[in-house]
Amino acid sequence: MEVNPFSLSGKTILVTGASSGIGRAIAVACANMGAKLIITARNKERLEETISLMSGEGHRYISADLTKVDDIYSLVTELPKLDGVVSNAGVVKSIVALFSDYSETQEIFNTNVFSHINLIQQLLENKRLNKEASIVFTSSISGVYCGLLGGSLYGATKSAINGYVRALALELAPRKIRVNTINPGMIETDLVASTSITKEELEEDKKKYPMKRYGRPDEVANSVVYLLSDVTKWMTGTSLLLDGGYSVQ
Amino acid sequence: MDTQEFIKNFANQFEDTDASEITMETSFRDLDEWDSLVALAILNMIAKKYGVKLTFDDMRQTNTVQELFNVVESKK
Repeated sequence: MEVNPFSLSGKTILVTGASSGIGRAIAVACANMGAKLIITARNKERLEETISLMSGEGHRYISADLTKVDDIYSLVTELPKLDGVVSNAGVVKSIVALFSDYSETQEIFNTNVFSHINLIQQLLENKRLNKEASIVFTSSISGVYCGLLGGSLYGATKSAINGYVRALALELAPRKIRVNTINPGMIETDLVASTSITKEELEEDKKKYPMKRYGRPDEVANSVVYLLSDVTKWMTGTSLLLDGGYSVQ
Repeated sequence: MDTQEFIKNFANQFEDTDASEITMETSFRDLDEWDSLVALAILNMIAKKYGVKLTFDDMRQTNTVQELFNVVESKK
């Protein structure tokens, strides 16, 4: 029998921000590849919806607000040993630097940076990661490969994650745990639909991509599967760029 | 909502346009300095000063400062 090198069979994987968009697509793709999933986000109903879309047995959800340290504590105590973590929860905020005051900055960093770092810290302290586990963060092209209007705060959070990953990769390498980011360009999700942009402007914006379209959540999800699978066991501290050629221009 | 205050906050998002050029009757899209960055700054200003989150679609339905003021007031 031929073995699929991208199979996640036998792996237990945590996905955060799994109630919508990219996170939901990641949970569904990982389940399709045979993993057992624990998914988390704030909204219980939407997590149940994600579970209903997933194939296979034994998945479960734990609702938690990862910006609250107490929620992280209780989440981590409920977790089994993990072979994969997809630290994906995040918000998009379109705000010019002029209005990026302390409270706006604090709010977006809480969700997009501090909660991720706190979660990893607790996973390490409670020894929840198996040897050869894979950690994947959802980053972005914004702030890492390019700047977007109104994206100074969002870009700063994503490049903070890219910075965090490099030393984390070094520290976890002795245990053969690898740490990488996925850096997508604009992806068609509700998050995009809800930001301050008109449909016409969205169509205009797509033309800036050499491939003339945005990415799809399932395309990001399958790239995450790649990073979680055994084929990338020797890949760490790096970023997987997925942007239809946007940043080569 | 105070109209003079609104005009002041609105005009404040422009760098090179003199505040005296802007009245409630001004068609803001016709201003030389008008672009997507100014538009975003105005949406951010409205969120911050008036607690109303408008989308670009909401804004597109308005042409004058008065019309924009009315939309903000209706959503307050």
